[in-house]
Amino acid sequence: MGEVIVITSGKGGVGKTTTAANIGTALTLLGKKVVIVDADIGLRNLDVVMGLENRIVYDIVDVTEGICRLKQALIKDKRYEGLFLLPAAQTKDKTSVNPKQMHDLCKKLSDEFDYVLIDCPAGIEQGFKNAIAGADKAIVVTAPEISAVRDADRIIGLLEANELNNPLLIINKVRIDMVNKGDMMDIEDMIDILSIKLLGVIPDDQSIVISTNRGEPAVTDDSSLAGHAYRNIAERIIGNEVPFLDLNVDEGFIRKFVKKLGFKLS
Amino acid sequence: MLTKALLENLSKNLGLNYLRRGGDTLFKMFSRNDNNVNKSKEVAKERLKLVLVHDRANVSPQFLEMIKGDIIGVINDYIEVDEDGFEITMTKTKREQDDSMVPALVANIPIRRMKNRKK
Repeated sequence: MGEVIVITSGKGGVGKTTTAANIGTALTLLGKKVVIVDADIGLRNLDVVMGLENRIVYDIVDVTEGICRLKQALIKDKRYEGLFLLPAAQTKDKTSVNPKQMHDLCKKLSDEFDYVLIDCPAGIEQGFKNAIAGADKAIVVTAPEISAVRDADRIIGLLEANELNNPLLIINKVRIDMVNKGDMMDIEDMIDILSIKLLGVIPDDQSIVISTNRGEPAVTDDSSLAGHAYRNIAERIIGNEVPFLDLNVDEGFIRKFVKKLGFKLS
Repeated sequence: MLTKALLENLSKNLGLNYLRRGGDTLFKMFSRNDNNVNKSKEVAKERLKLVLVHDRANVSPQFLEMIKGDIIGVINDYIEVDEDGFEITMTKTKREQDDSMVPALVANIPIRRMKNRKK
């Protein structure tokens, strides 16, 4: 019996889809069987981020409406053993699926897979309710901006109201050079304010843009710092203790990090 | 103060941005971002905390208006208040026991005159 994890944020553009694709891929690299479900019906994007856009025949709405069997709609990623995508419908809207259907779908998938990752749409309406319906656990993605943290706080409240307790936090798009200058909120401050457990910190890394351009998750790029951070998160999800990349203690790392960002900024 | 203004003017006119950016410790003293309180992350943190007090308490302006109306109703028997100057807000305050920040409902009620309690 696998675990169903919803990846959510409230605010759009903080990196839910990128996070879903990277954690999913990283989990398969650790030998797990994973399906990533795109719950953003009407705004399908996980397929392009994963580079599987040309292989879609059926989608999630076809499954819930009984037009095809679940197995027919699952797209196998041939590059990574054990990685599957269940794409969203592009021409329907959020109301084409209801929470009960999502719950049943997640149950069926968790019989087959070690991990079922749900890429939740932005917002707190029907799409969000669908995405969390079958989840056992939740990951909240945020960024060091007031708007993103505020929305994360609201989402944490809504998750807890729906009995998804103890969500885990991923802070994405961190620019340590700006943090050190005092122009970006500290990781500690954000954890303190949101008071949930930290799962990982992802640096704002141009390798994410490049890997998304190519449709290959950053976790497969050994030189990508963000990819490294996502691989660590996958380790933590399967229960391995991986120390956090403490940006302010590890001198060697921080230099490498600042240099990397420095190149990008100048 | 005069030196600071002069320097700023000079650096602006000459386009010497590095003067203001504070490559030198002397000039760093005049750099606006050097003050800890003014660092934008501190501003962000404080603004965020305040907005979350409202969000978490789930206080809408209508809700505050209702409270305001009720308070006026209660004290109107004793005190004539300036209803236009009546302000009620959710904010945060330091708790005395441990100095932690807690949400607080603050009302500012300007008094016009005390009413005669013996009717």
